[in-house]
Amino acid sequence: MELVCPAGNLPALKRAVDEGADAVYFGFQNTTNARQFAGLNFTDKRAREGIDYAHARGKRVFCAINTYPQPDGWDMWTRAVDQAADLGVDALIMADMGLLDYAARRHPDLARHLSVQGSATSHEALRFYHEQFGIKRAVLPRVLSITQVRDLAKKSPVELEVFAFGSLCIMAEGRCYLSSYLTGESPNTRGVCSPAAHVRWQETPEGLESRLNGVLIDRYGEGENAGYPTLCKGRFEVGGETYHAIEEPTSLNTLELLPELQDLGIAAVKIEGRQRSPAYVSRVAGIWRQALDRLERTPGHFHVEPAWMAGLGEVSEGSTTTLGAYERRWK
Amino acid sequence: MSATPRLQLSLGPVLFYWTRERYANFYREAADWPVEIIHLGESVCSRRRDMKLDDWLGLGRELTQSGKQVVLSSQTLIESEADLRDLRKLCDNGEFLVEANDQSALQRLATAGQPFVAGAALNLYNPAALAVLSRIGMQRWEAPVEMSRDDLTRLLADCRAQGLDAPCEVFAYGHLPLAWSSRCFTARRYQKPKDRCQFVCQKYPEGLALRTQEADQVFTLNGIQTLSGACQDLRHEVGDMAEMGVGVARLSPRPEGMAEVISAFDAARRGELPGPDPLSLVDAEICDGYWHGRPGMDHSRTAGLR
Repeated sequence: MELVCPAGNLPALKRAVDEGADAVYFGFQNTTNARQFAGLNFTDKRAREGIDYAHARGKRVFCAINTYPQPDGWDMWTRAVDQAADLGVDALIMADMGLLDYAARRHPDLARHLSVQGSATSHEALRFYHEQFGIKRAVLPRVLSITQVRDLAKKSPVELEVFAFGSLCIMAEGRCYLSSYLTGESPNTRGVCSPAAHVRWQETPEGLESRLNGVLIDRYGEGENAGYPTLCKGRFEVGGETYHAIEEPTSLNTLELLPELQDLGIAAVKIEGRQRSPAYVSRVAGIWRQALDRLERTPGHFHVEPAWMAGLGEVSEGSTTTLGAYERRWK
Repeated sequence: MSATPRLQLSLGPVLFYWTRERYANFYREAADWPVEIIHLGESVCSRRRDMKLDDWLGLGRELTQSGKQVVLSSQTLIESEADLRDLRKLCDNGEFLVEANDQSALQRLATAGQPFVAGAALNLYNPAALAVLSRIGMQRWEAPVEMSRDDLTRLLADCRAQGLDAPCEVFAYGHLPLAWSSRCFTARRYQKPKDRCQFVCQKYPEGLALRTQEADQVFTLNGIQTLSGACQDLRHEVGDMAEMGVGVARLSPRPEGMAEVISAFDAARRGELPGPDPLSLVDAEICDGYWHGRPGMDHSRTAGLR
């Protein structure tokens, strides 16, 4: 299985490659990709440098152009596709049907991967993208149980990449408009979720409050760890109870599923986190490299090292991890 | 007899889990409402089985006799082989047009050469995406819920320039469908696993309010679906919609008061709805922000007060 790691900038890309990533993915410095953060992502020059660095070491580079071209911005998205093709990336990661169609016609020989933002959760949906746009690979949304992934993998017409580690989206990706409902900006339109420009922190007599565009997301008592106010991970009141009504602040970690994923014929495991530091990328890539090497060397005898779990726990949201939807009872 | 209005009205599928009696009563009334199109079917959760496909088909035939165009809406989040089997039956119904809410449905319908309606969750933001679906049989499409009036105006103009003439539908009234998950949030409130949810969502014919710790209702939980807390209401924008070339305004069913809502929209499309009184209080439960290029929860008449 290929280890696919996030590269938010050139140092992160190099660290990922050094620590054993088989492929890295990056985006340009605009709203054409789903991690639009200030100071993050690549200029043409940096991208060229990164691609040379990875290719010189036999590693692959994917370019994420996985937001939805907006009515006033078609040219910006097609320019990104052309630019990535000129740079010589190994694959484009896209979601929009119009952009997939454009890339298939303009750059037929450049591999197209369906982004998780394309919301394909069945083999029929994969077949649609395959027949219409000739996708080679698809990244699955984080909503399927391992049994459902198994059923899907049996009939998939394309290679599958699954999320292995990182922040956990619990809504079907590409079809979540919660962020724009509160802030006007969403993953689809602007490549952001719960954007930092709308975040306010305030000490009050009731505790430390986090707000998103004025909406109270959470309130922390003394001694409680305060997390970034991603809107679906706050504490809300439903039917007289106040709790993490949608999801707890936690990260996805599928280390223990590795043998099963390999058994299903999954082509690649993906690490989330282009917005995270080079240190995070380095740590996570290193641990997953060890785990994949162990899997390769001792088939049938794979076990998860406690040190790996501890290492990943330290860089996880809320310092906790979950198997998420892979495990049926999470639902 | 008055002229046929340029803008058609449609009833969206019922997003909540109602009882058989409630569906029956609702559609009995709907047969007489001034809407041209009615979407039927369960588009949210496959565990909701009070209404079988045959029940929807029966309802569809009755509504067709009342002069309505009936469309069957497909499930938005497809997860299992069982979901796919149900989807196939829906697509192969042989009588009614299908609204595709996922690429799984698109695949089925395109392969069978069946015309279809494209739902809002298909994320059609640009003419190139619309051109792809037009090639394979799209008859009508619903704009993404987060699209603004200005963006839609531009998109419709570009579509016309490219000869893409399938009518566009706008979500004009109701709690906005904003997200789908494999987790059931209503069952989670009751600490029940989804597989043994005991259908608790049926107790909430208009969903379960999710409020901030300051008691603002920001979202509405509806099983695996998350809706807006406020109800979007674009009744004062329908004249504008018709001017822009929008073909259909979608009204999403609520358990109470739909007859009044529909008659207000019907009056509005005939230019007979009085404008909003600038001095009246704005109902906190109403929003129209998306249409005005703002956060969806905002209301244009109170914008800037926050």
